[in-house]
Amino acid sequence: MRLKVWEGNKRRDLSDLFDIKVDWSNGDEITISLNGDLIKVRMVGAQMSKGKIVVNGNIGMHLGEGMSGGEIIVEGYADSWAGGSMKGGRIEIKGSAGDYLGAPYRGSPEGMRGGTIIVHGDAGREVGCLMRGGLIRVYGSVRHFVGVNMIDGTILVHGDCAGKAGGGMRGGRIIICGYIPSILPTFTIEDIRPSVSIDGEKIPGPFYRFIGDIADGGDGRLFISKPKNPHLAFYEKYLE
Amino acid sequence: MKLIIKNGFVYDPLNGVDGEQMDICVENGKIVEKVDEHEAKAIDASGMIVMPGGIDIHTHIAGSEVNSGRLLRPEDHVRDVEAKTAVTRSGVGYSVPSTFTTGYRYARMGYTFLCNPSMPPLEARHTHEELDDTPIVDKATFPLLGDWWFVLEYLGDGLIKECAEHVAWMIMATKGYAIKIVNPGGLEAWGFGRNVKDLDDPVPYFNITPREIIRGLCKVNSILNLPHTIHVHTNRLGQPGNYITTIKTMDCVKDLASSDRPVIHITHCQFSAFKGDSWANMRSGAEEIAKYVNANKHVTLDMGQVIFADTTTMTADGPWQYTLYELSGNKWVNHDVEVETSSGIVPFKYRRKSYVHATMWSIGLELALLIKDPWKIYLTTDHPNGGPFTEYPRVICWLMSRKARERTLKKINKKARARSLLPSIDREYTFYDVAIVTRAGQARALGLKGKGHLGVGADADIAIYNVDPRKIDPSSDYKVIRRAFARAAYTIKGGEIVVRDGEIVRAFNGRTYWINFSGVGDPANKAFLEATENLRKRFREYWTVEFDNYFIPERYLKASAPINIETKGV
Repeated sequence: MRLKVWEGNKRRDLSDLFDIKVDWSNGDEITISLNGDLIKVRMVGAQMSKGKIVVNGNIGMHLGEGMSGGEIIVEGYADSWAGGSMKGGRIEIKGSAGDYLGAPYRGSPEGMRGGTIIVHGDAGREVGCLMRGGLIRVYGSVRHFVGVNMIDGTILVHGDCAGKAGGGMRGGRIIICGYIPSILPTFTIEDIRPSVSIDGEKIPGPFYRFIGDIADGGDGRLFISKPKNPHLAFYEKYLE
Repeated sequence: MKLIIKNGFVYDPLNGVDGEQMDICVENGKIVEKVDEHEAKAIDASGMIVMPGGIDIHTHIAGSEVNSGRLLRPEDHVRDVEAKTAVTRSGVGYSVPSTFTTGYRYARMGYTFLCNPSMPPLEARHTHEELDDTPIVDKATFPLLGDWWFVLEYLGDGLIKECAEHVAWMIMATKGYAIKIVNPGGLEAWGFGRNVKDLDDPVPYFNITPREIIRGLCKVNSILNLPHTIHVHTNRLGQPGNYITTIKTMDCVKDLASSDRPVIHITHCQFSAFKGDSWANMRSGAEEIAKYVNANKHVTLDMGQVIFADTTTMTADGPWQYTLYELSGNKWVNHDVEVETSSGIVPFKYRRKSYVHATMWSIGLELALLIKDPWKIYLTTDHPNGGPFTEYPRVICWLMSRKARERTLKKINKKARARSLLPSIDREYTFYDVAIVTRAGQARALGLKGKGHLGVGADADIAIYNVDPRKIDPSSDYKVIRRAFARAAYTIKGGEIVVRDGEIVRAFNGRTYWINFSGVGDPANKAFLEATENLRKRFREYWTVEFDNYFIPERYLKASAPINIETKGV
């Protein structure tokens, strides 16, 4: 069977565009390895339910969109909408990720429902937009609007955040271990927590804990590192 | 081009033809008695059904609110993409398709005439531009006049004749076809963040009630001798308990009917047929409405059937759309409040397991099955409010097959199923009935002379479906019916073959029908000139466009088809 793919507005055979080598020696375990710079190749692993994809290089937009199981490992950079609307499975990006990590297609309310996305580098804007479940973990920094409109699930950022974290969030947790310039005025401080536990793993704090987004009647929790953000100390007077 | 369609089973209710095997001849875009068989192209329709081209009396396909819907829903389009072919353009669907795709998809189902039912007068130019870009099918559009300031003022002062003259001018200015009334009074009230509660609730800042608006415009309609009746979207649409308002609305113009001709069309009646006083005990009021319609001759309806799908609701009824936005929590657009009407757009998913949605699904079918005379109720989904028009074949199956209804009934919400009247209804539509509710009845209601039938002299708009009525029993083979009606074997528009085997083979512009009143704007008519002067002054003071730019000239339409009307009294 020849796999057909779109190249621009033309239907092409997959084998016209790639050298394909098949190795049956691994038995039932299916692993697809992609080599080369694939920054313009989109929708890789979309709707996948099992197996493993290893990308040795960069990968284009909509990686693993709507996937429900299996694993994708990217050695390089993943462009925007990686893990968009995913329901399960695991994506690990060794480099950085573009904007809309785990976010649904424009206009759609179908945010990420489950699974795990791990980014070792940085991520762009609107990480986990409209997220409803699962875990996004970014070891680097994120840009604006992390967890915008999120409903449930967890976003853990080890680095800094450019600001406007959790705008419009109605539920779920966002943990920022680095610096953030300011908190949106529609969040109110609740208390200071020594640490946060995620799937049994303890993330050391202490953290300021905010509740919001009140403008949307939200009950989301925003954990912001206390030692990295001395300029937010004025919030403490509201705790007395 | 000459055509001869041979040996098809013809269903032509306006001429009383019920499944007779006969030939249909076409010459110069019209149906003729006979053509020279050597010169004519023959289409072998043996074992197929031949019907007049389909007519949709109510489908939102063009204008600013549809376009806002398109902008609002990229996620709707991404799932439904059509590539271009040698004859068609590319486009997207699903619930708010691109203009070109709309034309192609209707033609593929054998439809050839569409009515775009709500056009804010100030957006008429935009609407006609989009209609011009909707290929193949003919179309007409209805300006919204139920909340137009001048109409409210004239009617408030009891000036029916002056109002008629103004409405005639408005219909010509916007190149419209009929008077559309949406939630009369409520749209004006929505400009102040309010709504009207019922037929006798006065409109804020205007000395008038919805009842007076409907009655006034009904009289105007009769003075102007318009081919269609007033086209009414009732007050309190979408609210539990509104079936009483609907019956009252129908009843309030009963005395204005002088002959057997209907005087009011209640559109997407399903949304106006709820019983109960809250969403928890909302029930079907279809039985009561059907009882009223069966006993009276002055009403026609269309279904507004709900399909279980992810669709986009859009109406000029801003206050209702706001309620829907609050109910669903979805994103929404509120549009046109500053124009003569209002509108709202909310994406909406009808779910089988929701009690209210399942009940709504049941109400639409109950209406169609309980109203005995198919000439009084027409098939629509109020595209895209109840579901996209591409699902019509599914509705045809539900009407034609009890088995198909039972199959869906099994999957819906338990409580809704227990309360549905459908299990008690045995009626199944015949092909003849289907031809009435999808074309002939609508042609009659719209007063279209050359459409909806296959008599000599009619426009050669013909749909041929690959179903053999001798072999197929729609009651059990409903899937065959669905496939056949989804992809016409042939669609012929104006004597040209446009669709073959469900694929577009030719595309061209369809015509736009509008009403041309003789005598309106006559310089000899002094009163009219005075009214125009008044209009010009008001435009200068309040409007965003100049009066002189408001009137759409005929040359603006790509393919104009004026219908000349002699009015009775203006």
